[in-house]
Amino acid sequence: MRSLAALLLLGVPAFAEIPPERAAELQHIVQQDCGSCHGLTRKGGLGRPLTPEALAEAEVEGLAAIILDGVPGTAMPPWRPLLTEAEALWIATHLKLE
Amino acid sequence: MKSFTLLAALLLSTPLWAGSDDLTATGDLGLVVERGTGSLVLIDRSDRAAVARIEGLGDLSHASLTYSPDERFAYVFGRDGGLTKVDLLERKIVARTVQAGNSIGGAISDDGRLVAVSNYEPGGVKVFDAGTLDLVADIPAAGKTIGLVDVPGRRFAWTIWDTGEVFLGDFSGAEPKVTLLGNAGKNPFDAVLTDDAHTYLIGLFGEKGVTAFDLWDAAPQPVKFLTEYGKTGEDMPVYKMPHLQGWAFTEGQYALPAVGRHELLWVDRDSQETVATTQMHGQPVFVIAQPASPFVWVNFATPLNDTVQVVDSRSHEVVATLTPGKAILHMEFAPRGAEVWLSARDDNKVLIYDTHTREKLGEIAAEAPSGIFFTARAHQTGL
Repeated sequence: MRSLAALLLLGVPAFAEIPPERAAELQHIVQQDCGSCHGLTRKGGLGRPLTPEALAEAEVEGLAAIILDGVPGTAMPPWRPLLTEAEALWIATHLKLE
Repeated sequence: MKSFTLLAALLLSTPLWAGSDDLTATGDLGLVVERGTGSLVLIDRSDRAAVARIEGLGDLSHASLTYSPDERFAYVFGRDGGLTKVDLLERKIVARTVQAGNSIGGAISDDGRLVAVSNYEPGGVKVFDAGTLDLVADIPAAGKTIGLVDVPGRRFAWTIWDTGEVFLGDFSGAEPKVTLLGNAGKNPFDAVLTDDAHTYLIGLFGEKGVTAFDLWDAAPQPVKFLTEYGKTGEDMPVYKMPHLQGWAFTEGQYALPAVGRHELLWVDRDSQETVATTQMHGQPVFVIAQPASPFVWVNFATPLNDTVQVVDSRSHEVVATLTPGKAILHMEFAPRGAEVWLSARDDNKVLIYDTHTREKLGEIAAEAPSGIFFTARAHQTGL
């Protein structure tokens, strides 16, 4: 319930578009594939920490843009071939929440 | 009286000369990292079975481990900076230190006395007494440390991701001697030592190429090669960094993963000229030679990581394409090559394949398995 309230406060519109099965897959991608560089507990590795504290100042839309298009000149790849914009927003929101 | 009876019973039931039922040899044991749960599965290679689970090792994403010379102890390097010593006979943790905020791997010295850990945060290398895990040396660095390997003579080599610097540390004397060997290039992502301890090879992410240092030379100099691959067409996103620990050295060649390419690159060991390129199923992650054979086995980055391919190092042709399971993260060969064990992370299984028929022989349950490490690694330089 607290999470829902937080989501509403963040004003992310696209949640209804992610079915529960896909949400579970996205959660798995975040833990395992993002975790390869950012750590399973998201405390960082080759990539920066992605804990809610580390992302406190980050905008959801900005994070989603990084997920989709990567960071040129770094090891962060663009995930656009594998994720939709709504899915990237879902991940960005998820990262900031927990 | 009662205690006398008990003592007599013990003496009768466990004669000294027949106590062998409880003894375990470690030569065919191994450990499988369960990356999400901070645990290890102890496996028996001959029985193709799990024999124990050891828990409490912290964050094991990207964990690796190495073995003591007697194959009794494993030193496990965790992402969270934890260095854990595990006893394979007692099947438990015997020492653990959280020695940094964030670490990436480690190595054991050729004499088995020192364990070195490469750290991301704070960057550098810490060296520990292998018996007690007491800190012996702390060598800070200006960035994330990658590609730490053991070099004969109680030495270690390592490389810095951020700066490209390559160091050789000599820990044979009373005080460590650390030498800057040179610069590998932009953003080295991993490094490996050839099995003859001759060449330290460093793969580059920030530019094309591989840099080699001849460690048999008194004053090794950087030699860059493979700077020309993939000139045509766009590079693809790299969803998982290749790993070089298993870099294949076979048929007088290095078999190397192309970065950002679905290709395997073959380089002549002597001339460092590119001999051939093999088109692969995906971005290679591990490229590992099947011992005592002309074949190398290759796994791939997500999302193409349900597949493993076998390539013949003579023809450079793919001779087999297997789809063993979901998210194949690692491959470990039996030391003489009869079997390969594959971790299928998303199937929660370790799969055992016969390398000659390439048929499955069995499987073992494991929670999100990643690295598989057989004790025979204790006797291999550079692992």
